Amino acid sequence: MDTSMNAQSIELGMTDNVGNADQYLTFLLNGEEYGVDILRVQEIKGWMPTTKIPNTPEYIRGVMNLRGAIVPIIDLRLRFNMPAIEQTATTVVIVLKVESEAGERTIGFVVDAVSEVYNVSAEHFKAAPDFGSQVHTDFIRALATVDEKMIILLDIDRLVGSDGILQAPNASH
Amino acid sequence: MSIDIAQFHQVFFEESFEGLEVMESGLLDLEVGQPDAEAINSIFRAAHSIKGGSGTFGFTAIGEFTHLLETLLDEMRNGTREVTREAVDVLLLAVDSLREMLSAARDGADFDAEAVAAVHAKLEQQLAAGSAVPVTPAVEATTASASASASASGAAGGEWTIAFAPHPNLFATGNDPVRILRELRALGDSRVQADLSGLPPYAEFDPEACYVRWTITLDGTVEESAIREVFEWVEDDADIHLERASAAGAEVPGSACNDAVDEAVAAPALTVAPPPVERRGGEDRRSGERRAGAAGGSTSSIRVDIGKVDSLINLVGELVITQSMLGQLDDPEHVDFDKLREGLAQLERNTRELQESVMRIRMLPISFSFNRFPRLVRDLSSKLGKEVELKIVGEQTELDKTVLEKIADPLVHLVRNALDHGIEQPDRRAAAGKPRHGTLTLAARHEGGNIVIEISDDGAGLDCDRLLAKARERGLVGADEHLPEDRNHELIFHPGFSTAKEISDVSGRGVGMDVVKRNIKELGGVIDIQSKFGAGSTIRIRLPLTLAILDGQLVRVGDQTYIVPLVSIIESLQVDPSRIKSVVGAAELYRLRGEYIPIVRLYKLFGIEPESSSLEDGLLVVIEGEGQRAGIFIDELLGQQQVVIKSLETNYRKVDGISGATILGDGTVAMIMDAGGLIALNRQAHKPANPSDNVKAA
Repeated sequence: MDTSMNAQSIELGMTDNVGNADQYLTFLLNGEEYGVDILRVQEIKGWMPTTKIPNTPEYIRGVMNLRGAIVPIIDLRLRFNMPAIEQTATTVVIVLKVESEAGERTIGFVVDAVSEVYNVSAEHFKAAPDFGSQVHTDFIRALATVDEKMIILLDIDRLVGSDGILQAPNASH
Repeated sequence: MSIDIAQFHQVFFEESFEGLEVMESGLLDLEVGQPDAEAINSIFRAAHSIKGGSGTFGFTAIGEFTHLLETLLDEMRNGTREVTREAVDVLLLAVDSLREMLSAARDGADFDAEAVAAVHAKLEQQLAAGSAVPVTPAVEATTASASASASASGAAGGEWTIAFAPHPNLFATGNDPVRILRELRALGDSRVQADLSGLPPYAEFDPEACYVRWTITLDGTVEESAIREVFEWVEDDADIHLERASAAGAEVPGSACNDAVDEAVAAPALTVAPPPVERRGGEDRRSGERRAGAAGGSTSSIRVDIGKVDSLINLVGELVITQSMLGQLDDPEHVDFDKLREGLAQLERNTRELQESVMRIRMLPISFSFNRFPRLVRDLSSKLGKEVELKIVGEQTELDKTVLEKIADPLVHLVRNALDHGIEQPDRRAAAGKPRHGTLTLAARHEGGNIVIEISDDGAGLDCDRLLAKARERGLVGADEHLPEDRNHELIFHPGFSTAKEISDVSGRGVGMDVVKRNIKELGGVIDIQSKFGAGSTIRIRLPLTLAILDGQLVRVGDQTYIVPLVSIIESLQVDPSRIKSVVGAAELYRLRGEYIPIVRLYKLFGIEPESSSLEDGLLVVIEGEGQRAGIFIDELLGQQQVVIKSLETNYRKVDGISGATILGDGTVAMIMDAGGLIALNRQAHKPANPSDNVKAA
């Protein structure tokens, strides 16, 4: 599997829309493959140092300048309680549009590497099993199997919404 | 083609409100007895536009109300009615009612029908009261309506026959014949006949041309001038022929029922009429963007001087030239550093000018805010029985639209205060050897990057003894404590502090000055007062010109750069270890000229790795926020620069102690500190009950 950020494969995927299947951009995180709705993807950026925001959870790496807009950066490894690693050549920030109660936000997510673009139709979705209190599965939309691989499709709005990180500090205290 | 007329509502409302302002300021300037004809004309025109617009958009109540107003004004214009103070007062009241009706129509709310009816009645009373000047018979119409006055000169003849043959391009001028026909019908009994013989074969039919002509028979009692007025806007775009039949009155053959013809005419006209926006030429045309915005609801818009837009276009042109010049240097083999440097210098200049130019678009003259004061002062001074002359200086001084909107209320409050508490009753003034009429001056000017607004009066001034007595009574000042004069004056900004002996509905409740001060502070400004007992007071407000840019001091803590707004900084100093005191072994204080100020270790508060945690190695930046001071411990002071404020809330949320972020020259983001928030955060962090969970131990 090609783990580098492969622009060609993304392009091929884009032109390859079959039937009513939705397209998902997948990325790697600690050896697992996750997918997000490609229509939410605004851009993919190489890793850049961020500016810290005081008094925020550790998985919020800070903010970045995205052509004049101030965009918060969430480290998905830390968010999922995976061991932190040093940035590598393939580390990228996927900038996504997130719908929250407060309106639409642009947020960057640090992932190990971008993988592929897949067409996944809804009939290939499998509901995520209930892991009990061990793993919160609210933000997992479904599991899908593509080319014998399991892809975890994320509901990005829920992922961000469930943290309450977009709420004003007074509301969360 | 269907036209959503609602998209023009916003334009109509905006113009109507502007019209009301014109009327109001015109009326205030109107000299009783000897009115300036041009002044009355401009008031009349404004009223007429509102009437026309409200008719077009179906706001009949507004239209009818304005009609009365217009009639009154028309008589003044013609010299058949004298301009009296009472008449002007009624007209001003009517302007208020109209404003209320328009706001209600805009917001889809109901207006106070009773109040409007009362003013309506007053207007009618004025009209009925007639005028001192005798009405010259015949030509000078006293009213355009088909009411009682019509009979005064209407006996002359039989019915009017009006031949109305619009030119094909009538629609292109934004006129709608149906409206004209309706207006005619409002004048009196009428019959309308449409002549469809001009209609071309279907294949040649131009949907935007008018092919129909009309013959209208109208009640003979209607004044010719009233009919002419209906056609005022289309005179140049139509052939209009007026004829008065002999008293017998020849019937127009085949006259149809009014409504039927009206409907028949309305059908083609409505489907082909171009949007009736901007019937009057000369005034500014709106851009497509504005219309789109207007359709979206109550978007706030701004009117920009075309000169500003032109200069912007010029600058963008220069930027493009610079870019292409830099583009030509793109030769990896041979880099011309001199040219590159020159290009970059040019780029820097272009960018700076462009930024200034864009900021200037948001700038509006302060007259937008000052203009309401002549009326306020007039009303209030007559209510209080005082004689006040208002002077306005520097009303062309420009400031940011947001700032302008936010200082409007504080300014009103200050002016009311000056009138109520400042300027004395004429008799008392005379007794004190001052002219009977007081002078209130509103002045604005630029000073550096700030705008300074001064409200001064030559009234009683602040009574220091009474202030002090009051402060002692409330326990704000110790019994034998004495304050320097300026500190004494500042007592009036204290919440709940009022020296008014009795509460009036104008002021005296003691709420206000503290709110004014808070509002000004929120805008990053300062307010102070100078007063001399018996000679008057001056309140000076200093505000930043814009909220989008601030002057910042860059400071470094560990590897992070922060920006402290220069307005919050009192001073920066090196730490003298002997002055560091601690309380209960924890909270650190620094003794600064007799005052103890808390030391804020920013690295602890923000969870950053500092260069050194020893106070002697760094610097203290003394900041003031919300009336409190604190010393922020930092590693190093970097440069000072202007920064563009970006909101963290656009994509994230509000962060305690941080007012926003900005992008530095190297493209990285730096947080802007909020002095007040930081001090509050520090206080919270020292409360043992509420430890900040996320702060990493340094």
